[in-house]
Amino acid sequence: MIGNVPFVVCMVLVLLGLWALLFRRNLVKIVIGVKIIENGVNLYLVATGYVRGGIVPIYTYAPPDAVMVLPTPQALTLTSIVIGLATTALMLAFVVVIHRHKKSLDGRKVTELSG
Amino acid sequence: MSVVVKTIARILVPVILVFGGYVILHGHLTPGGGFQGGAVAASAVALLLVAFGAPAVKRLKAPFSVLEDLGGIAFVVLAFLGLGFTFFANSLAGMGGLFGAPVPTGPNAGILNSGGTVPLMNWAVGFKVLGGLGAVMVLFGLFGGDDDR
Amino acid sequence: MNLPEHAPILAIAVPLLGAFALPLWAKLHRSLRDGWLALVAGATAALTALVAVQVYTTGIQVYTLGASFPADTVAPGGFPIRIILTVDALSAFMGLITALVAVVGFAYAWRYLAEDEGKTLALTLGTLLWAGMLGMAFTGDLFNLFVFFEVTSIAACGLVGYRTWASRGPEAAFKTMVMYTVGGLFVLLAVALLYGEYGALNLAYLARQIGGSLIDRIALALLLGGLLMKAGAVPLHMWAPDAYGEAPAQAVILLVANTQISLYALFRVLFTLYGGVPDPGVGWLVVALGTLTLLVAALMAVVQMDAGRLVAFGAVSQIGYMLLGVGVGLTAVAARPAYGLVAIQGGIFHMLNDAVAIGLLFLAVGAVERASGSRNLGTLGGLGHDLRWTTGFFLLGALALAGIPPLNGFASKLMIYQSSFLLSPILSALAILASILLLAVFVRAFQGAFLGPRLRKAEPVPVPMLVAMGVLALGVLALGLFPELVVRHLVAPAADALWTGRDLYLQAVLGR
Repeated sequence: MIGNVPFVVCMVLVLLGLWALLFRRNLVKIVIGVKIIENGVNLYLVATGYVRGGIVPIYTYAPPDAVMVLPTPQALTLTSIVIGLATTALMLAFVVVIHRHKKSLDGRKVTELSG
Repeated sequence: MSVVVKTIARILVPVILVFGGYVILHGHLTPGGGFQGGAVAASAVALLLVAFGAPAVKRLKAPFSVLEDLGGIAFVVLAFLGLGFTFFANSLAGMGGLFGAPVPTGPNAGILNSGGTVPLMNWAVGFKVLGGLGAVMVLFGLFGGDDDR
Repeated sequence: MNLPEHAPILAIAVPLLGAFALPLWAKLHRSLRDGWLALVAGATAALTALVAVQVYTTGIQVYTLGASFPADTVAPGGFPIRIILTVDALSAFMGLITALVAVVGFAYAWRYLAEDEGKTLALTLGTLLWAGMLGMAFTGDLFNLFVFFEVTSIAACGLVGYRTWASRGPEAAFKTMVMYTVGGLFVLLAVALLYGEYGALNLAYLARQIGGSLIDRIALALLLGGLLMKAGAVPLHMWAPDAYGEAPAQAVILLVANTQISLYALFRVLFTLYGGVPDPGVGWLVVALGTLTLLVAALMAVVQMDAGRLVAFGAVSQIGYMLLGVGVGLTAVAARPAYGLVAIQGGIFHMLNDAVAIGLLFLAVGAVERASGSRNLGTLGGLGHDLRWTTGFFLLGALALAGIPPLNGFASKLMIYQSSFLLSPILSALAILASILLLAVFVRAFQGAFLGPRLRKAEPVPVPMLVAMGVLALGVLALGLFPELVVRHLVAPAADALWTGRDLYLQAVLGR
């Protein structure tokens, strides 16, 4: 049971991020919500690959009886972090541009396109 | 920023860049690699940005975006090198020359001069990340001003 | 090096390399950039066609990245470990659609985009988007599906919002980016769940392992949510009209192709990944979402006054037809009545027809905006006097999209009507109703913008733009006049890939 705690924490993070996404109006906070979801998913991936007592999956001077954590989820997480960096930079850039035009970060005031 | 910050930044920037290079160079042996090393190196740009302000680092933007393009091209071209077998195949590993030393089986201290295309790709990615992140940070720094086009 | 063997990965790598090098050429000289783009686009289109020819003649093509030879998919022990591209007839079909749309779009962009308004940026992002779409179509594992999903997301949102001097573009792009990113994270979470359960990412291997446990169902729900968000199906369509309305015209047709690629990924998940545990409930869900999409979007189109947004809602509505067609097929995939195959064929045929017809409409609207400086149907009028060709193209696209015989939209919509009628008459009635609504909407737009007295002066449309539209118009006519040929030679193999091709797909990768 205690082994499932990381997964529960990840799901809580995802739900928190979704909550921020749905109920926050500040555009920067929406970006933060997206980042929280992303971190939840990334943590989930790393937790999937964790082996109790495992060592870094690099073959340099590994003791013969060592157990390594799974390298694949770490590679996936790294890829996802890189992608997350790009998406966050892009979203924040849009937020800055929107703020320059509208002088506001309130999602309710940035509604030129609704309907 | 105060003169203390500027002086410290001058001292730290080369150190950060060297550490970033170290992380990239050892990417195939230790945890780390192109992205991590590039991100470390890009933090030097952040330090410059904080210490000297956006206008002072503005002229870095153009070289950074060229660096990013070159890194991306180098990565894809390195992947093309494997086409004798398949795309991305490590055709340089164990062939001698730069990063081509054969690796003995079993635990060892890690041979820096091994890995074939992997370390080269790490460098390509490292430069791409340094260029991309650096350009992004410079642009965000400039967003406050008027001349960011 | 054996070119045909390597064609699938080269089709992805060449536009990627092209996109990285494009800004450098542009720094040297404009004409170098244009020449490079023409070279890259031509090479990529040729490679995509080569892949399609091979797949249509000899069956599924696999490509293992980093292995010692391309067909080396499985490690000893029967476990696929590397990144494997798997191209079956449906993937190749989607590749052809992207190639058509991208080449036409670049030809149009040559004179449509202004040099001082970020033309290099738009062309670079367009090439990157193309590479991402080909990657999504050709990939054989779930994680790379996510990676290419995000590549297309970033490129697409860049295309929507790169014109930062206007306020509407970045606003639409931010909205789109949030939707795309959350959709992508849903997909990633589903991938993580499946990886945690089965320890693999390869689609074929997972397809063999999936047993329909609770985790599998959660993953399916997340995949459905993420991919439908990207495809712009109705409860999650808010971004689509904004993005289509604000992006430049040549990018919009790429965005439309991108939604179709997301639908392709969805169908791949539903039929191949989860094909071993068919659930009619999921089929009905897709059917319901499809019907909702085509109806709601058609209704929303009625009230639009902006020609771009009006056509955008038309585009969303067409996504509904594709979902309806393939959804009907999905409900039938267990019992296998004949109408299921017809429905899938209709849905897939409609992808091609939609790419051609809605592309024509968006390009015509772009030409109108460039010529007269406005897209507002309240102020436009009488453009038919000056823009004769554009008028004809708009009318052709509108009639095709509304499903008027003998144009191409009719051929595929008829297949969808017939097959959904056999599942439930209400579905086909609603689909026909939406078509009639769309016809009314487009006739109103046509009448408002092109007929009547000349209200404002329109500049002539440059020839390359007319040629690009002309190619699509020819496509509308050809697909409408010879639907039998196209269905038999192009669409039927793609539909079979979903209907019966699952075992072949698994065999091609796993070898037994």
